Amino acid sequence: MSKFKKKAVVKQDIPTSSMPDVVFMLLFFFMVTTELRETAIDVQQRIPEATQLRKLLRKSLVTNLYIGEPKKTEQFGKEAKIQADDVFIEPKDIVLWVNRQKDLLQENERDMLTVAMKVDHEAKRGIIADVESELRKANARKILYTTMNKKEEVK
Amino acid sequence: MPRSTPEIPNASMADIAFLMLIFFLVTTTIANDRGLSIQLPPIPPPNQEDIKIPEHNMFKIQINSSDALLVEGNPLSDLGGLRDDIKKFILNRGVDPLSSDSPEKAIVSYKTDRGTSHKKFIEILDIIQGAYYDIYADQAGVTNKRFREAASDLTDATNKQIYDKGRAGVPMQVSIAEPTKVGN
Repeated sequence: MSKFKKKAVVKQDIPTSSMPDVVFMLLFFFMVTTELRETAIDVQQRIPEATQLRKLLRKSLVTNLYIGEPKKTEQFGKEAKIQADDVFIEPKDIVLWVNRQKDLLQENERDMLTVAMKVDHEAKRGIIADVESELRKANARKILYTTMNKKEEVK
Repeated sequence: MPRSTPEIPNASMADIAFLMLIFFLVTTTIANDRGLSIQLPPIPPPNQEDIKIPEHNMFKIQINSSDALLVEGNPLSDLGGLRDDIKKFILNRGVDPLSSDSPEKAIVSYKTDRGTSHKKFIEILDIIQGAYYDIYADQAGVTNKRFREAASDLTDATNKQIYDKGRAGVPMQVSIAEPTKVGN
């Protein structure tokens, strides 16, 4: 019996002295990889999936347009709307909006402005095509349809 | 008598760190800046004449307002072979007289309706771009994924080399036409 008792004396505590370090590491990871959302998005954002993704490197050159059905349907109706910054805009306002976005950039970078279109998967092509033709008028022709990554099936 | 060294109690440090961690977890979203990249064509000058493109140099994909597909005039429901069909069309180089003359002349014409859903649009655009990236990756001798990574960052010299080698002689000519107005 005494033999077994001896074993039970062994200390079984997990050392907790390194816990703050672990937690801090996690904290820094999340602080670095995330960005604070500046605007509240008022349209539905179920982003479609695709495989052939390209990554945008210069975040300062990217500006976002959100398109989808408004979240508050009783107030704004069910028709898909365009949200820029934190207001709903009409296609005709896009030229003005693009020019305002370009003014925020350095003069030599204005042609490199990329418009990231975050479009809900149920939105129709009609409204997106209207936006595109306005973007062509505003000479902001670099477009990115934001998509989620879909795993490609192995052939 | 030895001077007592002042010490800050650090037992609560983990709690503070946890609190901050949870704050950041809740308030932040991981930025998603990936997607399908396209370049819109410039506005054509007024009274420009239409350029006639021979029918066989165009690969026509049409989608109607109920997301049904018409490829080269035939209804298509199984998308499995579409990517390979596009690749074959681009790299025909005049072998089949009913297909493209050369990769430079090959155009993939993509037309949707105003009622087509964005989901379907992205699905097909993904297939078209996938066909082109496959060709580029083959030419550059890298994997498709590596080529797209290289194309995203052309400031790097090796990336630029891969990109130029892959794109040589095969411009990505995808014409996204103004949608038709059946459904809306």
